[in-house]
Amino acid sequence: MSADPVNTRDRPTLRRLAAVPAGCRGLTEPLIEWLIRICGWSAILFVAAIFFFVLREAAPMLFGKLDLVEFFTSTDWQPTSEVRQRYGILALLVGTLHVSLLAMAIAVPLGLGAAVYISEFSRGRTRETLKITIELLAAIPSIVWGFIAYMVLGPLIIRVTGAPVGVNLFNGSVVLALMSVPIIVSVGEDALKAVPDAYREAALAMGASRWEVIVRVLFPAAKNGLLAAVLLGIGRAIGETMAVLMATGHAVLIPRSLFDPVRTLTATIASELGEAVKGGDHYRVLFVIGLVLFAVTFVVNFVADVVVKGVGSERRA
Amino acid sequence: MTTGPDLARGVDRFTIQTRDLNLWYGDFQALKEVTVRIKPRMITSLIGPSGCGKTTLLRCFNRINERYENVTTTGEIRIFGRNIYDTGVSLSELRKSVGMVFQRPNPLPISIYDNVLFGVRLHMPRMTFSRGQKQELVETALRDVQLWDDVKDQLRRKATLLTLEQQQKLCLARLLPLKPRIILMDEPCSALDAEGIEHIEELVDQLRAKYTIIMVTHNMGQARRISQECIFMFLGRIVEHGPTLEVFLTPRHKDTEMYVTGRYG
Repeated sequence: MSADPVNTRDRPTLRRLAAVPAGCRGLTEPLIEWLIRICGWSAILFVAAIFFFVLREAAPMLFGKLDLVEFFTSTDWQPTSEVRQRYGILALLVGTLHVSLLAMAIAVPLGLGAAVYISEFSRGRTRETLKITIELLAAIPSIVWGFIAYMVLGPLIIRVTGAPVGVNLFNGSVVLALMSVPIIVSVGEDALKAVPDAYREAALAMGASRWEVIVRVLFPAAKNGLLAAVLLGIGRAIGETMAVLMATGHAVLIPRSLFDPVRTLTATIASELGEAVKGGDHYRVLFVIGLVLFAVTFVVNFVADVVVKGVGSERRA
Repeated sequence: MTTGPDLARGVDRFTIQTRDLNLWYGDFQALKEVTVRIKPRMITSLIGPSGCGKTTLLRCFNRINERYENVTTTGEIRIFGRNIYDTGVSLSELRKSVGMVFQRPNPLPISIYDNVLFGVRLHMPRMTFSRGQKQELVETALRDVQLWDDVKDQLRRKATLLTLEQQQKLCLARLLPLKPRIILMDEPCSALDAEGIEHIEELVDQLRAKYTIIMVTHNMGQARRISQECIFMFLGRIVEHGPTLEVFLTPRHKDTEMYVTGRYG
């Protein structure tokens, strides 16, 4: 306490300087610090709490009656059968996977292309208009997307392709893609804009064309941000419920063509949880599905993290 | 750029010649009737107070100015006899033979090795060089800028992790594999410490045997130390152009004298 002579000498001065607001500063500073700390930690707290809640509801089935092999390998989803309930989620998993992958196949090129255009080619008014419009696109509620899928895109698909039903894998993917694009664009554009202009100038001055600047300089320099953009898009695609519920046709089957209806994990939970008896097997299986979703997103994020950190560290960090 | 024949005919004793070059940023005229002839294989320094247009002039020589909106240029710039504003001129080829070093070192955020080969990869088809040849290109370029000994064991390291002095040397090194004829330097030392400045100056002095170097500098001592010719610009015009010592010791214009003696600037 008396170890540091400099400090003891300074202390009265400090106290005098802080004299006027002392009362308020003395209390508010630590208080604010604590508030901020709680905000930070709350993220972890919430994730943990959600996980334990879902786990608690799922546990009796997960560690009890549920045959996990059948659960993951059977396409037979008959949760409300009077005779024998069957819980096979393979079709749902495949449905989610197909819809998400196809959605990304559409959304990633479209989103990154738009991000490049906004960040590197458009100027002034055009740029502002585009940005505002895209932000608006992100603000459209998912139920409205579902509505568009059901009422507009569906009939259009039937008319153009002659498919028997308009709500199907393709429809769901397109809608999900459109929903993911705004995220990919805005995060991607931020990533590109964060690349210092000096890099562009360096490459241009060596004779690179604009396209070469984008491919050889901007993409490598912004790769982490761009990857984050894509992953956020994937996250949106996997997690989205309402729109896919309305757009995919909701039939439990493994799709053989683009225009077969499918059902996703999320849509299953959304549509069935209301009817399932609380505490019953069906109810608990839906929570197991929740855990599966949880695991999938966790793996996606984890892999992303490893990729983002790993690519740089080894060769070039 | 077709360069050989022009030089051989002896028509062009000058590497760069501009005639009545005017440049506007929007409504602001940054260059006014600039007519200048720059000689090969020496260092020409461009001096003048901030905003006098020296960097703008420099950035005309590789047309990098044009990446901004609202830039209008009239007049002509002949590099090795050819007007670079002609429609047939390829920007890419122009910039290959007119390299540029910037005020703030700007190596690309890739490895040292890839930085040196960046230009080559832009301008040559994919399989032009074997692995060994590339290695050799990199080594030669880095030796030419006295960076090889510092970085030979860490060629795969990210270039942005080097010190500023090393970064600036790398920025110079990456131009060399393209065999430029002209190197433009925009205050290449302003981000460096005294020791760094000394090293870069030594380096530039050695390079002048092979390249035409034009250097914008704020540092009059530097202009005096390393340049053979000196151009003084003021308010968008060229006020004086001559051998460096003459410009400094016996300036013909009042403005030049006031500037070089430090009475404003």
